[in-house]
Amino acid sequence: MTYTFNETQMAEFNRLVARYPEGKQKSALLPALHLAQESFDGWLPTELMDYIAGLLKIEPIEVYEVASFYSMYNLKPVGKFIFEVCQTGPCMISGSDDIIAYIQQKLDIKPGETTKDGIFTLKLVECLGACGYAPMMQVGKIYKEHLTKEKVDSIIAEYRATVTK
Amino acid sequence: MGVKLLLDKANVPGIRSYEVYRREGGYRSVEKALKEMNPESIVEEVKKSGLRGRGGAGFPTGMKWSFIAKPEGVPRHLVCNADESEPGTFKDRYLMEFLPHLLIEGLIVSSFALGSNDTYIYIRGEYAWIPDILEEAINEAKANGWLGKNILGTGFDCNIHVQRGAGAYICGEETALIESLEGKRGNPRIKPPFPAIQGLWQRPTVVNNVETLAAIVPIINLGGDEYAKIGVGRSTGTKLISACGNINKPGVYEIDMTISVEEFIYSDEYCGGIKGGKKLKACIPGGSSVPILPANLLLKTAKGETRYMNYESLSDGGFATGSMLGSGGFIVLDEDQCIVKNTLTLARFYRHESCGQCSPCREGTGWMEKILNKIEHGKGTIADIDLLWDIQRKIEGNTICPLGDAAAWPVAAAIRHFRDEFEWHINNPVLSQTSNFGLQHYADPIHVPA
Repeated sequence: MTYTFNETQMAEFNRLVARYPEGKQKSALLPALHLAQESFDGWLPTELMDYIAGLLKIEPIEVYEVASFYSMYNLKPVGKFIFEVCQTGPCMISGSDDIIAYIQQKLDIKPGETTKDGIFTLKLVECLGACGYAPMMQVGKIYKEHLTKEKVDSIIAEYRATVTK
Repeated sequence: MGVKLLLDKANVPGIRSYEVYRREGGYRSVEKALKEMNPESIVEEVKKSGLRGRGGAGFPTGMKWSFIAKPEGVPRHLVCNADESEPGTFKDRYLMEFLPHLLIEGLIVSSFALGSNDTYIYIRGEYAWIPDILEEAINEAKANGWLGKNILGTGFDCNIHVQRGAGAYICGEETALIESLEGKRGNPRIKPPFPAIQGLWQRPTVVNNVETLAAIVPIINLGGDEYAKIGVGRSTGTKLISACGNINKPGVYEIDMTISVEEFIYSDEYCGGIKGGKKLKACIPGGSSVPILPANLLLKTAKGETRYMNYESLSDGGFATGSMLGSGGFIVLDEDQCIVKNTLTLARFYRHESCGQCSPCREGTGWMEKILNKIEHGKGTIADIDLLWDIQRKIEGNTICPLGDAAAWPVAAAIRHFRDEFEWHINNPVLSQTSNFGLQHYADPIHVPA
């Protein structure tokens, strides 16, 4: 599979590169990988990383080593929505264990897995900086905070509805 | 009510927009700094203010600024560290989300003081909705002549760019942040050279925390001397505290560093007491890296004196009986919390976030997590406690960056103050799986030798 940004995506890519001095375009790598991941299937296949390397005029290995270092880049296929549930200290003492267990039971998947219908992936993550509003999870760009079992139910229903519509 | 310098306007409706922010007196410090002052006099005011870095290390900001090299013809950069990732800390998020123009204002003045024409905000990738808020504020500031070319006719040019990280606690360390900003893995650099000499793209660079840069605004408006009158001793000005855990009112509070820890926890103006009327067991007062303290040592120092919410008082007694103000991430644990479990989640966090560059940290963090996991699940031995102590001691001070220390300290402090809880876990492998050690003696008054 080959990947190419469309016009809008390319304009955004160019805006990212323009922030840095000439010859320092590699600095745009992190934002460019975010853009690539959001523009296609929510993860970074090798061919997509190679495409970004070409655009930034850097070696593919320079992209791979970055993509594998940062936790927000997905190197394997993921569901349409990723529930990234925080499990670090402040969330744990506020009851994240129960929330994680409930989501697993509700979606019938373990952390790292995707539901059979490809809609949800469950990921356990470390502190997202929402400790005062714990327990919490990130879904895409959004933080879902003060989680309860009832809230989890309605969040699952909300996202499921966007797909089945 | 204590003095508020940063959040005093936080509740004004529409303060996120330029019009309201300006109407409320915003951008006055830019006018004053660019028209009435010069870079050197701004640095002097910041030195006089006594402002200390609000990211966690507490290094004097004015001094840090004075180190920046000024080689002829080489651009310099100011980088705003918005990679807030220390567990328990969410104050910068609050500032950026609700008072974006305060940060932009502070950045313009600071950029002028340091001679940075291109200033970068490096924000943690998970705060994915905040770059839009910041970019809107930047565009508004630019449209009103506070950014761009020849600001206020002074000949000073400045642009601010926002870059998202992608999930790595280590990028809060300034040299790792610079590496990341250059499009690389966040591996901290060996210092020297310090960023002030060779930072971003090998150019002289200053990296400051969001709250530090926001505090430049009141410092310029009030003057350094007036700012330094607020607070106590070397803890000048105000500090944002993000309070979380088992309290009635979690959230972000601005304090003037003269209030006691007890008042901060129990007063309705701040945390509002322990949730559900339970008892206070322990607290990590400055972000997950700083030593955890049992209730008795938190509220009073080992000398039996009242402990206050400031740099000096929180560290009174050193690591033996004190802690640190750190980032202001204030994590409160009630009587039902298990110290072993809490320490395990923090050990897992540091193992996950170690960049892997230095062996003591890469191997040590994983090893500590494994041992804590054993103890937590009733499979530990008494010798494991001593082994944990030995490992943390061999990580501390033996790594390129402070993540090694940050991983070692929580484990060390947990064993130092809660050793009997660890032993109870080990000696009661079955019972510890269904019940907690509880409060025990941790809130008992401290015996102060005559």
